[in-house]
Amino acid sequence: MNVPADRKYAETHEWFLIEEGVVTMGITQYAADELTDITYVELPEVGSAIAMGDAVGEVESVKATSEIFSAISGTITEVNVALADHPELLNDDAFEEGWIVRIAADNAKQLQSLMTAAEYTNFIENA
Amino acid sequence: MISEQLQRTPLYDTHVAFGAKMVPFAGWEMPVQFAGILAEHNHTRTACSVFDVSHMGRLKLIGGDCEKFLDHLCTRKLAGAEVGRSYYSHICREDGGILDDVIVSRFEEHWGIVCNASNRDKIVAWIEKHRAGHDVELTDQTTATAMIACQGPKTMEVAEQFGAGGISSLKRYRFTVRQVGPIAITIYRCGYTGEDGVEVVVPAGLVGMLVPKLLGTKNSPHPLVRPAGLGSRDTLRIEAAMPLYGHELSEDWDSLTAGQSWCVDLSRDFIGSEAMRAVKEQGVPRRLVGLQLEGRRIARQHAAVYRGGEAIGEVTSGTLSPTLGTSIAMGFLPAEASEVGTTVEVAVGSKRTGATVVKLPFYKRG
Repeated sequence: MNVPADRKYAETHEWFLIEEGVVTMGITQYAADELTDITYVELPEVGSAIAMGDAVGEVESVKATSEIFSAISGTITEVNVALADHPELLNDDAFEEGWIVRIAADNAKQLQSLMTAAEYTNFIENA
Repeated sequence: MISEQLQRTPLYDTHVAFGAKMVPFAGWEMPVQFAGILAEHNHTRTACSVFDVSHMGRLKLIGGDCEKFLDHLCTRKLAGAEVGRSYYSHICREDGGILDDVIVSRFEEHWGIVCNASNRDKIVAWIEKHRAGHDVELTDQTTATAMIACQGPKTMEVAEQFGAGGISSLKRYRFTVRQVGPIAITIYRCGYTGEDGVEVVVPAGLVGMLVPKLLGTKNSPHPLVRPAGLGSRDTLRIEAAMPLYGHELSEDWDSLTAGQSWCVDLSRDFIGSEAMRAVKEQGVPRRLVGLQLEGRRIARQHAAVYRGGEAIGEVTSGTLSPTLGTSIAMGFLPAEASEVGTTVEVAVGSKRTGATVVKLPFYKRG
């Protein structure tokens, strides 16, 4: 399974990509495949403050609804509005087109404890 | 993680070859999807899908007392059942609690029951317990046979291509047995999708040859036939408002309270009839209704239904209807809030959304 090496991964199957202090997050392709056809994404409001461990939204498929958790504290600067009309972007391309939110991180070091791509690959293979 | 004890149907290798995503289901390793739930759903509504339903229990009853015995066991009247017909029925406890919903078929020399995979052990034990003193022999044929469901408006066209065109004259809930040398193939005009179609029971060793013939190969598929999994089977049955054990049906309530009075004949005695007469006498407290939700969010099983801020009922099944493009659900509401057009609110995720009571089924084939 494709797991990009440029980002960090949480055990709850979110990915976090740091670029110049801004963290882009989404759910992994593995998570999207497990959920099957995604039909709805609940997005947070731009400007809202979130704390590490908070749910920033929900992803829904015909099979299940699951919360998306932020592994970082900060402020939501952008949400992927395309997901409102095209939630299937998550199934098609969870790591790029299917990004969910961008967060101005209070302290990017909070992501250090997350898994690397190799660790996450190992994690899902033994799930 | 798929555990070691899961059973595999004889079609396991075929599923894997066609790219199935396999999941544990009622003790079996089953395909939840191939191309995707929505794609398989739409294919079933327009062409022909093949579902592996070999996990479902197939029981054979033989003996002089079968008719009387099954009539006593089932909510549906089976005394006088015709050879070649299948009957949807419930099997209930004395207190009315639903043990399972089944299809009972009358063959010339015996009777057949198809039950849910999750309830097979329970139903076998229930029959064993009650057949004492009757001329009824029970054989569990589940693993000796395989069962596929071919569903969709093009099913008869496909059947014709495969030399089984004669089955288009079978009416719904009728079946026929085709003898090919020593091999018996039973074809039922039944299904669980709201489409035309058949369910076919063959010896376990034969199905691995039959299904690839229907599907073609992954690179050269049959133009009309695709494999489908349990995911679309669920969205299809919800649109058709067909009940599912563990959702609309449960040991915790009886067939009338489940909104399935059509399969209950109280004109004779059967196990649970006394309890159900009492329910009828007091008035069935709730109705199974259809709900049309606002927005795209899906109401899950057990989601609360509110009216005027007060929780009055519960969702049993919900999905985003691929055919209608809207969020639909079934659930139980008090009789006084069950009229078509009644507006309610339904819990979705951490929020509530508006919903309207609508007529069932959500989808009826044209």
